Amino acid sequence: MFMDIILNTLITLSLLGAVMAVILYVVAQKFKVYEDPRIDVVETLTPGANCGGCGHPGCRGFAEACVKAESLDGLFCPVGGNETMKKIAEALGRAVVEAEPKVAVVRCNGTYEKRNKTTYYDGPSSCAIEHSLYMGDTDCAYGCLGLGDCVAKCTFDAMYMDEESGLPMIDENKCTACGACVKACPRNIIELRNKGKKNRRIYVSCVNHDKGADARRACGAACIACNKCVKVCPYEAIVVENFCAYIDFEKCKLCRKCVAECPTGAILEVNFPPRKEKVESAEETAVN
Amino acid sequence: MLKTFPKGGVHPHENKFSAGKPIEKIELPKQVSIPVSQHLGAPAQPVVNKGDEVKVGQLIAKSTGFISANIHSSVSGKVSKIEKIIDSTGYKQTAIIIDVEGDEWLPEIDRSTALVEDIDKFTAEEIRAKVAEAGIVGLGGATFPTNVKISIPQGKVCENLIINAVECEPYLTSDHQLMLEKSDEIIVGARLLQKAAGAKKIYIGIENNKPDAIELLKKKAAKYQDIEVVALKVKYPQGGEKQLIKAVVNREVPSGGLPIDVGCVVQNVGTAYAVYEAVQKNKPLIERVVTVTGKSVPKPSNLLVRIGTPVSNLIEKAGGLPEDTGKIVNGGPMMGKAVKDFSIPVTKGTSGILLITSDEAKRPKTYNCIRCARCVFVCPMGLEPYLIKNMATVGMFKELQDERVLDCMECGSCSFGCPAGVPLLDYIRLGKANLNKILRSKK
Amino acid sequence: MGQNRLIVSLSPHDHAKDSVSKIMYGVVIAMIPALLVSVYFFGLDAIRVNLIAIAACIFFEWIIQKLLLKGELTITDGSAIVTGMLLAFNVPSNLPWWIIVIGALVSIGIGKMSFGGLGNNPFNPALVGRVFLLISFPVQMTSWPKVQVLNFAMTDAQTGATPLAIVKEGLKNGESFSSIINNLPTSYSDMFFGQMGGSLGEISAIALIIGGLYMLYRKIITWHIPVSIIATVAIFTGILYGINPDKYADPLFHLLTGGLMLGAIFMATDMVTSPMTAKGMIIYGVGIGIITVLIRVWGAYPEGVSFAILIMNAFTPLINYYVKPKRFGEIVKK
Repeated sequence: MFMDIILNTLITLSLLGAVMAVILYVVAQKFKVYEDPRIDVVETLTPGANCGGCGHPGCRGFAEACVKAESLDGLFCPVGGNETMKKIAEALGRAVVEAEPKVAVVRCNGTYEKRNKTTYYDGPSSCAIEHSLYMGDTDCAYGCLGLGDCVAKCTFDAMYMDEESGLPMIDENKCTACGACVKACPRNIIELRNKGKKNRRIYVSCVNHDKGADARRACGAACIACNKCVKVCPYEAIVVENFCAYIDFEKCKLCRKCVAECPTGAILEVNFPPRKEKVESAEETAVN
Repeated sequence: MLKTFPKGGVHPHENKFSAGKPIEKIELPKQVSIPVSQHLGAPAQPVVNKGDEVKVGQLIAKSTGFISANIHSSVSGKVSKIEKIIDSTGYKQTAIIIDVEGDEWLPEIDRSTALVEDIDKFTAEEIRAKVAEAGIVGLGGATFPTNVKISIPQGKVCENLIINAVECEPYLTSDHQLMLEKSDEIIVGARLLQKAAGAKKIYIGIENNKPDAIELLKKKAAKYQDIEVVALKVKYPQGGEKQLIKAVVNREVPSGGLPIDVGCVVQNVGTAYAVYEAVQKNKPLIERVVTVTGKSVPKPSNLLVRIGTPVSNLIEKAGGLPEDTGKIVNGGPMMGKAVKDFSIPVTKGTSGILLITSDEAKRPKTYNCIRCARCVFVCPMGLEPYLIKNMATVGMFKELQDERVLDCMECGSCSFGCPAGVPLLDYIRLGKANLNKILRSKK
Repeated sequence: MGQNRLIVSLSPHDHAKDSVSKIMYGVVIAMIPALLVSVYFFGLDAIRVNLIAIAACIFFEWIIQKLLLKGELTITDGSAIVTGMLLAFNVPSNLPWWIIVIGALVSIGIGKMSFGGLGNNPFNPALVGRVFLLISFPVQMTSWPKVQVLNFAMTDAQTGATPLAIVKEGLKNGESFSSIINNLPTSYSDMFFGQMGGSLGEISAIALIIGGLYMLYRKIITWHIPVSIIATVAIFTGILYGINPDKYADPLFHLLTGGLMLGAIFMATDMVTSPMTAKGMIIYGVGIGIITVLIRVWGAYPEGVSFAILIMNAFTPLINYYVKPKRFGEIVKK
């Protein structure tokens, strides 16, 4: 009696298991989707942050794109950088495409001190919404609104809002140049620039396209398009367009001449040793 | 039972302080700034240069493209500069700044007040051309070029012309007062619009809180078989085109469609008056009635203002700026736009200047949504504002198309009624803007 | 900040001046008639239970927000008071204080705060607490004190069963409904005014209806949910009664007894856990009505309103997903 129960149970379950196994096998064969095994290999090489900085949906999407593409041209993982790309190229047996490592740069230096608030914005804490409403609570229609849409989008914890200045700050060690903040900023203030030799960078920290006098009235640290930097630059790396200077990081040789020349301190230098001559002011080292 | 639209709507406090105040002319300012973009569509192209002498009514910026409008000088004097100034959009826009000297009008403008009733001397084509020439746009606030609206596209028939005299925005009384003082002209203007659009019938929709205007217009319209004055129940946003059509002729404009799809054209009552002046008096759109009002404004008034006059002059005329002013709104409290300072000029779309006291200017504190469903019940378009807000917050912009976010006309009923103080409309706008961006990039 | 600076914000610039706390205190006001009736029939015990429940709910909400969530304190919005009162309304008036405190902890802690506080809870917190107590302490939760008009002496009153339980027991034993109802000490008018055994807030239909009318007037609730629940129960039980008047109780009996009125007017209409559209509300109400009758007639418990509401709460997100309001200008496919 007792043995019967055990026996019956065993037989039933074994039969059931066997039938299921056959069904599963047939289904697996019939609905098999071929997937390049290299995709899995490449995926393990990616950082796995799924940030979308490469322009593909997550790291698996990037791996698929790498495997499918003829060459690695135009495919770059900003998070993993050259090292990751080298490994991927090795795994796929393709030529390495090197890219200069980049970092996000906030091109606005309109701190609370430099830029007076002229109105009081009352609404949700979102730059996109404030931008859709009006030029912002200062007189500058181009500068940072300070509500931190970029910080909210940063998945690498590389950004924070500076309480004192009201501007977003970037931790360059953590920044992977994924570009999420660039997309999040409704004013297109944030730019991905070359990290530079020894992490040294020079850039114009202003995107104000107003005429000089108007820009100056709105903000003490604005680029007033005086062209002094253009004249002093020996490498023709600086252009003034639409009343705002821009330094081409591909041409800039980090000579620092323009920084000293700028009358409003709109050009910032980062990670340089202090000058031997008179140090201009503290603003230049404020952002770092 | 009075007619109204069936679904949604709210009842804000009316606060019509300036009701019954006669329209006053305001003194000419020393300088006017006339933005070249006062309408929906492409900005006009300036045709005067710095230093040019201009007269009242002279064309100073020409319409560019189909949806655009001419701009005329509202004063006589010298163009002092053409530069970017902050206007009611909150951004810097190109404007023509004119120093006022005297008040010299173009000779062809008929400045007499005599009523010209004869509309038979013009063909529909001529009326449309004159309306376009005069730079007339919808004066209710949307500022859509009027000549485009009354040019009926091929294959469509305009059966009904609906004159929007609802003025459902609280505080504002400019249309109401205009109806009381210029009823004859409005009727003529409406008939001109009817002729231009080829409409069979004119309806004039007026909310029941203006019984004097209803009675007056009924009397004036009695001699015309095809004009009907419709008294409507007071409910916001009845002045919305689609709501008004539903209320008056009980037709629903399909989602994404235009009023002409159901055989209707809607024109604001102020526009009808401007059309009368343009066609019968050759006067371009250079001035409009603006209500200056607010709880602490000393003298709430209805002012006849030249386009380009700084808002500060209007406030001065209404008894000066009250000390407790916290917010200045260009338009009514529900759909108007808060402005940055007093220097912005009056434009074609400025129906009122509302000064809100600082205690009332602050928005209520925001709490968690308690899913009370009020926003769903008050939405006149049958949308779900709470859902749209949540989706916009998490960035599901593409999916918002299925939730019909583009049907939203930004009436603000949802934010108005939200007990948790959630700024629903802010997020809906964000969603709309982002969805539009996605749709544009697809094209 | 901003004394001489203008405020700039997006439209609308006006607000209806209604707020979450005004709604919550409105609900509290609407519950006062039922509270007075319960004091009239159950004496000071009714007040004791209410005070303990409210105090415990406020305390737990405060301590959880302060120590666990470390968020902004929102106890002043009145939602904890509403939860406390509803919990008190759903228990017998002779419940020991420590059971009430446990109920409050479950209501606030598990029913509400674990989901993120007001607005995020999928289930009605007071009902979560009540059902927890009903399952954990079935004896205490179903020992209903007999009503004694204006008895303020704090003595242990006699206990007895509710009319619903008596009828259910009787029908199970094969008695006919008419004979049971004739033997009941309470007439229908007694039930209408509240002179019957039961949880302290559910007894008086008239007081609850007055509260409901007040909430309708204040636009705190809409008619859809209460009307659809009551109509469904009436129609469903009416059909059963029509089939066999001996085996099934009549619709009026179902409407006046148990927690139906309390559930339909105060519990099911909880904004947070009910659907967002008029159509959805009616589906939700009909669902509650059907499940209530199913439990009452064929289930193990004599009363099923609480379970019915909790079950339909779970369906609310689904209803919201599928039931959309009628869009203006929707092109109807013919």
